[in-house]
Amino acid sequence: MLRKLSVLAVAIYIVAAAVWVLSAGVVRDGGKLELLNVACDPTRELWRDINALFENRFQRETGIPISITQSHGGSGSQAGSVINGLKADVVTLALWTDTDAIRKAGIIDAGWEDRFPNRSLPFTSTIVFVVRKGNPKQIKDWNDLTNNGVSVITPNPKTSGNGKWSFLAMWGYQISRGATDAEALQYVTQVIRRVPILDAAARGATMTFAHKKIGDVHLTWENEAYLEVKESNGDLEIVYPRTSVLAEPHVAVVDRIVRKRGTKAAADAYMNFLYTEEAQEVIAHHYYRPTNEAVLKRNANRFPKIELFSVKTIGTSWDEIQKRFFAEGAIFDSIYTAKGVAK
Amino acid sequence: MSRTSRRVLPGFRLGLGYTLFYLSIIVLVPLAAGIFKAADLTLGEFWAVVWTPRAIAAYKLTFTASLVAAVINVVLGLIVAWSLVRYEFYGKRIVDALVDVPFALPTAVAGLVYASLYVKDGWLGQFLVPLGFEGAYTRTGIILVLVFTGFPFVVRTVQPVLEEMDAETEEAAAVLGANRWQTFRRVIMPTLLPPTLTGFTLAFARAIGEYGSVIFISSNIPFQSEIAPVLIVSRLEEFAYGEAAAIAVFLLAFSFLLLVAINFLERWSNRHDE
Repeated sequence: MLRKLSVLAVAIYIVAAAVWVLSAGVVRDGGKLELLNVACDPTRELWRDINALFENRFQRETGIPISITQSHGGSGSQAGSVINGLKADVVTLALWTDTDAIRKAGIIDAGWEDRFPNRSLPFTSTIVFVVRKGNPKQIKDWNDLTNNGVSVITPNPKTSGNGKWSFLAMWGYQISRGATDAEALQYVTQVIRRVPILDAAARGATMTFAHKKIGDVHLTWENEAYLEVKESNGDLEIVYPRTSVLAEPHVAVVDRIVRKRGTKAAADAYMNFLYTEEAQEVIAHHYYRPTNEAVLKRNANRFPKIELFSVKTIGTSWDEIQKRFFAEGAIFDSIYTAKGVAK
Repeated sequence: MSRTSRRVLPGFRLGLGYTLFYLSIIVLVPLAAGIFKAADLTLGEFWAVVWTPRAIAAYKLTFTASLVAAVINVVLGLIVAWSLVRYEFYGKRIVDALVDVPFALPTAVAGLVYASLYVKDGWLGQFLVPLGFEGAYTRTGIILVLVFTGFPFVVRTVQPVLEEMDAETEEAAAVLGANRWQTFRRVIMPTLLPPTLTGFTLAFARAIGEYGSVIFISSNIPFQSEIAPVLIVSRLEEFAYGEAAAIAVFLLAFSFLLLVAINFLERWSNRHDE
């Protein structure tokens, strides 16, 4: 008897599972507007707060209930999913090249960068240092990274937006102080060869540094640095280098999808909402640098003065930067040779 | 009366049709899609992608680590299967259930847990690292997690065969004057060799494709601790799908050859059955 029952239970389970899987592809939502925001890895906490605000406001103003779903992952792989057919209404990725790759696939219209204010940048960020309590290795600026015995943690630039920005920050630091390309390469090579673990994405590197206590300095997003330090209960502290790179995570509406789903107006409203003072305050609260001057000024105490250089100091276009530094066999790959590492 | 209708169970044609259909949907179509994608490249391009010094270093690491892990799993698996079948002890059921845990646990979790255990300040690492055993972020670490993910295979393939095997056969051998080694060599081994090889093959194949756990315990440094699947993922991040598929196809072809070779070995070890 018991045996028959359990066979029956298993059968019911399998049928139910099959129905559930199939229905996900078929069932339409009942009149409620839904938007999917495909975002990069470290922005979970930010979007959770922003979405709640926007959902309230949109319903108040238009009377239409709306709900926003988030998807997070490495910036590049998120772009890949959208190219491969993930129905994202908006994308908020870490790198211009990732958003533009979707444009190249014909899913976002040309000229996306000029569709929203401030080159589609509701906020910017930068790369800063996180060090152990009391900064035992005395790491104050970029040139300290090559000091004897300093080991650096940053994710792999080939797979991570954080990694790419860290790499560009190092390179740009050298160029902006007048170094030649050869000197910049030598410096970056020295630092990268001191990276004991190349994590695939930003959060992995954070865990390596904060929880496994490997490395002396962690190069990470400014907002991630605050989160990391807050959760360490005083074991870690932030160090601002004198200069760093101006990281620009663009936002974009995915034209082909919103046209097909009829969600263009809502998606536009969602993106424009990011520029309101209300949203800008939330952005500042999460330690992203708001692009609204007034809000930035009000939160000046959250963002220490730091000289930020644009990626334009490194290359004329993102395509060129990608090709020169991160493509297969390009500068980053050339740092690793069989000889160079096996020492 | 035709031949097929004389089979004990009806539905041969339906069964075969279903098998082929199922296999196509689950295995062949995705496989063909991968090969098709790789065919975007010319032969020269394909070779330039799959045969770089860095890729070769990654293949070497992937295959050696998988091989070592599979061998370890054979030894551990045989001991565990033997204990579970031949001895009675308290909590045997629980131990038996525990064997399957590596199948159910997300491998990324295993990688993370192993890494934090063996790291310098970890539970185990604080004792082992001073002794010179570095389990996290080394090749040893990669082998450790591969042993974990492949562990159930040998146990589960050997166990049922052992259960079928009568301890009386061994007693008979002993009565007939065989010493312990002879009994093992001539009576136990021939029966256990085929399932052990199957388990070995499964564990080995599983290890070659393993990604989730390895990236968390490996330092992923090119030429040093970068496994082949990481190369595929880093190509995907560049949206270089053809190149990613090329490496995948190469890896697959190589694994397939190895599996075929092991399969022959298995046939050979089974030769007494026919």
